[in-house]
Amino acid sequence: MQLSGNNARTVADLACHETGVLLSLDLEPALADRLMLLGFLPGEPVEAAQCAPGGDPRVYRVDGTEIALRRETALRLLLK
Amino acid sequence: MTATSTGLPAASRTRLVALIGPPNSGKTTLFNRLTGLRQKVANYPGVTVERHVGRAQLGEQAEVDLLDLPGVYSLHPRTEDEKVTSDVLLGKMPDLARPDAVLLILDSTNLGHNLALVAPILALGLPTMVVLNMADDLGSRGGSIELAALSAELGVPVALVSAVQGVGLDTVRSFLRGPAVAARVTFPILQNVQDAPHCRRWAASVTASAGYRAPSPPAWTRRLDATLLHRVWGPAILTLLLIAIWWMIFAGAKPAMDLVELAISSSGSWLKGQLPDTLWRGLLIDGVWAGVGSIVVFLPQILILSLFIGILEDSGYMARAALIADRALASVGLQGKAVIPLVSALACAVPAIMGARMIESKRDRLATIMVAPFMVCSARLPVYTLLIAAFVPGAAWMQAMVLAGLYVLGAVAAFATARLLKSTILKSERMPFVLEMPPYRWPTFRSLSLRLVDRTRVFLRRAGTIILGVAVVLWLMATLPLKPDGSAAEVGESIAGTIGKTIEPAIRPLGFNWKIGVGLITSLAAREVIVSTLGTIYGIESTDEDAIKESLRSELQRDLTPGAAAALIVFFAFAMQCMSTVAVIRRETGGWKWPVLQFTYMLALAYSGAWVANQLTSWLTSA
Repeated sequence: MQLSGNNARTVADLACHETGVLLSLDLEPALADRLMLLGFLPGEPVEAAQCAPGGDPRVYRVDGTEIALRRETALRLLLK
Repeated sequence: MTATSTGLPAASRTRLVALIGPPNSGKTTLFNRLTGLRQKVANYPGVTVERHVGRAQLGEQAEVDLLDLPGVYSLHPRTEDEKVTSDVLLGKMPDLARPDAVLLILDSTNLGHNLALVAPILALGLPTMVVLNMADDLGSRGGSIELAALSAELGVPVALVSAVQGVGLDTVRSFLRGPAVAARVTFPILQNVQDAPHCRRWAASVTASAGYRAPSPPAWTRRLDATLLHRVWGPAILTLLLIAIWWMIFAGAKPAMDLVELAISSSGSWLKGQLPDTLWRGLLIDGVWAGVGSIVVFLPQILILSLFIGILEDSGYMARAALIADRALASVGLQGKAVIPLVSALACAVPAIMGARMIESKRDRLATIMVAPFMVCSARLPVYTLLIAAFVPGAAWMQAMVLAGLYVLGAVAAFATARLLKSTILKSERMPFVLEMPPYRWPTFRSLSLRLVDRTRVFLRRAGTIILGVAVVLWLMATLPLKPDGSAAEVGESIAGTIGKTIEPAIRPLGFNWKIGVGLITSLAAREVIVSTLGTIYGIESTDEDAIKESLRSELQRDLTPGAAAALIVFFAFAMQCMSTVAVIRRETGGWKWPVLQFTYMLALAYSGAWVANQLTSWLTSA
């Protein structure tokens, strides 16, 4: 998949069952910390797990757990 | 129960051990396993977080108090739960001594992210045991861990248990018996326990040295999710489930509720026969006894809803339901988990508000509690059917359409109010939706029955006292002042009647006369009471309920304009005429602020809505 313009790819762009490697979390510190504790760490792989009903929120698989995030949050998780 | 009565005095108290762990680690299952029914539930002062304290019997007269803290991912006090947890562990919680030791419960199938919590906990310097739960899952999915290596790495005792099966608990019990030593807090990680990436890296190195082999993914969970989270099947299954829950509360609880009502009323009339005919008998039977009845009658509904919520939560489906419903509810500012309380409120707001406890975010929970009473509950139905039968002419399908419209009206009012609240006083920094999907598990009988006992206690003890008080006050209002011969007043002459007549000018614009006014006052007890009150005021003397309704219908047709009837229906759709709901909200929100605000708001909405309905209908019918 290609980068469109200046917009970096985010985990929201992952196709179903596609895996990407996290680059950074562009979120306020509280939420970023919470997600990092759950496994959304820079350098770690993230897989789009369920192609959930309606696509929002969506389930992601990190470090053996499945975490559902709303699209607005997923859009701030940048991929390498 | 006051906060101090559960506070444990510092002197001569039993050892207090806190249970802490991330959500889904099986902490509460272990707590229940260790304490059984010897539990007390209270709220922490000033917050809506529940405090569960239980006593664990350790044999040879040794016992210890266990405190089940809310599930948290870190000790950073950001959410209400995290603040409570961190205050308790630091000994800053009023009325509660600092725990003597900590049991840290982790999900052994998920050590990667669970271990991150170890660092901040060990930094507290309290004697700690790390309990790796779900040993059964770990084993069956091919994972393993070297306990001795992990214990050496962390410097604290480690146990591998299965709380569900009750396996491995002896090590935990012997730790609880103490005397425990504080952890050797030497590792460098503890310099920086609030730094998430740091904690995670440390956790990764610990799991590696402890020879942790992560279990294979839960195959059954993946298979089930392929259907339960399917684009089409997922929402369809959830909808069917919600209908089933609604139906069970609406109709399934009916036999049990009828039985309770029968028991209360027949024991009441038996008591009546035993006592001399005095005012005291009236107070006892029609005030206190009926008041008790009005509380107990909700129990079947609460038990059924609690059972459903218990099964949904323990099985892991609740997270999926919240996920599926989230998008629709997010559009009005609520979150996915609110779907269960809101659907339950279509049967009765009381169990629904109790059920809102499962929503972790305080603001989302409050918003859900505030809007639930707008949903059409079963107590509104007798009023609606009476008025619709009297004022909507024509075929049954037209009457059914009006009733369906009232359901829509309630839902619209609920969602509009949610939106209003979430954009004003309950505006949150948009509590982001981050929800872990736990693997599916079989709910256990033990855990489900403990939940039911727990809910029953909370409801009867806490809500019951208030409802009883209000019931007595309303009885006094309908009875006083006494006639010269010392007997109860006619309802029109009573305080309630006087109030009804006094407010007549205020309700005149809605098309109501003083009789309706009295009905509005007495229906504060419960909505359906207006039917019997109006029956009394219009002097309908009959023991046959259908005959009462029949003549009441014609009386109302004569006494009310169509505009007034529409206004009355709208008033009932919006107004908070249910002392049980008010009492439960008072208990659930920990003060009078929210119930008073809600009552006022709903009254204002009911009044203006009724006025509009009256004007509109009058204009339409005259045109």
